[in-house]
Amino acid sequence: MIEIKDLHKSYKMGSNSLHVLKGINFKAEDGELVAIMGSSGSGKSTLLNILGMLDEADSGEYVLDGIPIKNLNETKAAKYRNKFLGFVFQSFNLINYKNAMENVSLPLYYQGMGRKERNEKALKYLEQVGLKPWATHLPNELSGGQKQRVAIARAMAAEPKLLLADEPTGALDSTTSYEVMDLIQKINDAGNTILVVTHEEDIAHMCKRIIHLKDGVIVEDKKVKQVRAADYVQ
Amino acid sequence: MFSRDNWKEIFETIRKNKLRTFLSGFTVALGIFIFVSLFGFGNGLINTFDEFFQDDATNVFFFFPGRTSEPYKGYKSDRQIEFDNSDLADIEKNFPMVLEYITPRITRGSLVRYKSESNNYTTRAVGESHQFAEKTIMMKGRYLNTLDIADKTKYAVIGRLVEQDLFDDEEALGKFIDIGGSMFKVIGVFQDDGGDNEERMIYLPYTTRQLLEMNNDKIDQFIVGFKPEIGYTGAMAFERSLERFIKEKKYIAPDDENGIFIRNMADALQQNQQFAGVLQLIVAFVAFGTIIAGIIGISNIMVFVVKERTKELGIRKALGATPGNVISTILLESVFITTISGFTGMLLGVALLSSLGDTLEDYFITDPYINTGTAIFATIALIIFGAIAGYVPANRAAKIKPIVALRDE
Repeated sequence: MIEIKDLHKSYKMGSNSLHVLKGINFKAEDGELVAIMGSSGSGKSTLLNILGMLDEADSGEYVLDGIPIKNLNETKAAKYRNKFLGFVFQSFNLINYKNAMENVSLPLYYQGMGRKERNEKALKYLEQVGLKPWATHLPNELSGGQKQRVAIARAMAAEPKLLLADEPTGALDSTTSYEVMDLIQKINDAGNTILVVTHEEDIAHMCKRIIHLKDGVIVEDKKVKQVRAADYVQ
Repeated sequence: MFSRDNWKEIFETIRKNKLRTFLSGFTVALGIFIFVSLFGFGNGLINTFDEFFQDDATNVFFFFPGRTSEPYKGYKSDRQIEFDNSDLADIEKNFPMVLEYITPRITRGSLVRYKSESNNYTTRAVGESHQFAEKTIMMKGRYLNTLDIADKTKYAVIGRLVEQDLFDDEEALGKFIDIGGSMFKVIGVFQDDGGDNEERMIYLPYTTRQLLEMNNDKIDQFIVGFKPEIGYTGAMAFERSLERFIKEKKYIAPDDENGIFIRNMADALQQNQQFAGVLQLIVAFVAFGTIIAGIIGISNIMVFVVKERTKELGIRKALGATPGNVISTILLESVFITTISGFTGMLLGVALLSSLGDTLEDYFITDPYINTGTAIFATIALIIFGAIAGYVPANRAAKIKPIVALRDE
């Protein structure tokens, strides 16, 4: 599903150059649920942004589902993002003047899907995250957990090959975090490939594999026994 | 790009961002409104100005006799020039192609009496075509005609105020008035745009005046009307050849500037029109400035709008919006708002102008108006330049990396 080879990335900070990723290699198969861990500054978010085509690597290879991702112009990157990727952000990033259903249907709008069809689809995904009754509510009328579930529904609505979650529980209390992780596990159970960036051990152990990043290199890559979040949810 | 779905998306954004919509719409509407009103007032000013000069016909020359200042062909210097009836006939005979009419004018002050009322008035003894030169408007009765001139009738055409002064509420037509000791029948009453003095005139046949003055054939001055189609240059050429003709006939040295005097209304008109042109230019300049200010205003708002939406645009990009999507989202929205509010402002301006009408005449603004073409052109210009001004920040927003935009709080 994902194959990256010798990925490098550095940021220019004035006259200094900050080398964030120093040669990353890894593969992820279809249906994996991978946690990327690391302290702040380890490069985990940068890696996720590159995988999400939100940012570009300086050098190295990135192949997504057999398609080499390189030399993308903005338009092509946008189309790939729309077709292949779903995003879940720490700060939810819902559009505040659109209600839950409209937020979920937005990726479908950019796929060129008709209004009626995409609203139906959006409602279906809202139902899956248990928020169908909240479809007409604006983000500021929802709780943090609900917002994140809307964001997950939005990420799933476009039926992406890969779901990328950047600290999806970072802004949530632990009960809500487990609810969100429960949802992510269920989506994974359905066969979707998911990458979760986190710095919380308990969240990472709810995945099937943990990759540890430190100072821009992978220091540990291990399969773990998945802890089911449902056990913590009443 | 223009699908129904796209428009729905835009309407939704507009409806849910009322303050932003109001700000940009208000700027544009105000800009166009001020432009239309200013332009209209400018035109009103020009209208007033034109009215001052529309009293008399402009396709005429006035010929006045003078005293020669040079000896010529055996004649001494300082000789008084006089016009007479033969001059009229000669000009008519020699310039049939360009001449529209020619009329003498003999001006005399006279004591005029009707019953117990009397007053001093200026009488002008003229030919029938004087009506065109002076743009005399008949209120009742008729003007002098060719037969009156030929028969030397004792008919008088009196001004509106003469009638008012002498006749009070009585009907003047058909009554006889005493002009300088001779009885004249009133055959017409006229009005004139030239003001009160013009309406205190009395017109008589010039032949009658000549008969009263010992049957001479002298003329104070004459007025030549030329065909308007010869244009300004034609009029200037005609003036020169007329001057040469008269000077030769009256034995005046060609370079003598005092023998005869010519007042060329076409020339005066040209100057007036130049002045009006300058007025128009000033109005256009101010109006242009308003439009520029409007464009700058809408550009500022576009920068603000894009700044405010940076994060939203980042989210949209992360979800698969292409740079083209982003640009068209911003531009279509702004063009839509500027179009609606631009035309609203235009209609409000036009409504203001037409509701004002003549109420500002005291401030030299008559019938302020703007022609539809100018108003629509200005509105469309503002929309187009607004779009161009909006394109720059929109394009920049489209190029921001989604990750940078997402960090924007």
